[in-house]
Amino acid sequence: MPSVTMKVNGKEVTADVEPRTLLVEFLRQNLALTGTHVGCDTSQCGACVVLVDGNSVKSCTMLAMQADGDEVTTIEGLANGELHPVQAAFKEHHGLQCGFCTPGMVMSAVDLLSKNAKPSESEIRHWLEGNFCRCTGYHNIVKAIQSAAERMSA
Amino acid sequence: MYNFDYHRPASLAEAASALQGADEAKLLAGGQTLLATMKQRLASPSDLIDLSGVGELKGISVEGDSLVIGAMTTHAEVAKSDAVKGFCAALAKLAGGIGDPQVRHRGTIGGSIANADPAADYPAALLGLGATVVTDKREIPVDSFFTGLFETALEEGEIVTKVRFPKPQRAGYAKFANPASRYAIVGVFVSQGPGGVRVAVTGAGPSAFRVAEMEQALAGNFSPDAIAGISVPSSGLNSDIHASADYRAHLVNVMARRAVESAS
Repeated sequence: MPSVTMKVNGKEVTADVEPRTLLVEFLRQNLALTGTHVGCDTSQCGACVVLVDGNSVKSCTMLAMQADGDEVTTIEGLANGELHPVQAAFKEHHGLQCGFCTPGMVMSAVDLLSKNAKPSESEIRHWLEGNFCRCTGYHNIVKAIQSAAERMSA
Repeated sequence: MYNFDYHRPASLAEAASALQGADEAKLLAGGQTLLATMKQRLASPSDLIDLSGVGELKGISVEGDSLVIGAMTTHAEVAKSDAVKGFCAALAKLAGGIGDPQVRHRGTIGGSIANADPAADYPAALLGLGATVVTDKREIPVDSFFTGLFETALEEGEIVTKVRFPKPQRAGYAKFANPASRYAIVGVFVSQGPGGVRVAVTGAGPSAFRVAEMEQALAGNFSPDAIAGISVPSSGLNSDIHASADYRAHLVNVMARRAVESAS
């Protein structure tokens, strides 16, 4: 089996994997980072979103081998002693109900705010086109991201 | 997904020889279609040749009157590129409307056109601008590139390296998107340039096609009114749970008028 090496949440990891191993399987099964969820497994729902070299991607539609040499950030890599501002805002504004989509939502939002520090409501809603939430109707998710944007650019 | 051997060549020459040396190899670009297809076991290549390490396939440049986009350039890179926006804003807009942000971070122009999905956006842009597809073996004018449903003029073992676009005076794109996938139920790309007017439709038929009658009408009068009465026949158009062939034929006219109206 070929070997893959990547930096996950700041820590270098190396493992032998079958080439067909998806990035999300590598994270969840090899590294036990189960915060990244598998929802649809068809790159539509966004529960599996992680950052690869600073860009949000669907880790169910990427091979672990394709991340060789890359830096990967998962939901577990955000909090640093205290919650990341986006996580804190989701909590404060009740941007979740069941929580299944939340890791992907948060990672998408973190990517958005790294590229667009003050997105409009419409820009936030369009950015979330690849993240499905079946509980909330998105309203509080959008509010949470707006609030995080304010806090982070303050 | 069935297993396979994975290769990540560092040059085009290495990629070509890996492709030749394997049983049933497939090239892996962004993987946004191929990996999903492999999960469903509709594709089971013996080898995947990942082109992401081939530097010569990346990048965007303006060369004289042409815009050149490397095959492994992602949709997100095209959408945000100042060079593309300055050359043809409609092309940047089209790239920014493919799928969702995560798909745009991985999917590539070369992968999209080599796959030739009937509902993909890029085929409309290439056909609507009169682009040239450059491969490791030759140059293919777009009018003979898209040959059918998921079919192109690419030969076995041929690798798309870049796409070259001539500069239009103005161009516009309008898409009626499937609200779930953002694929085009119908998308129409129009342009006016040195080669005349081009009107290209994606999503409606088995592969992207031009509408000669609209092109002639717009050549005389580049305005939505000039094509208001021109319809395309619905026979042979796609019909599925999302839209009937008749509805798609109707949408071609609506999207064409919107594309002309938005052209800049």
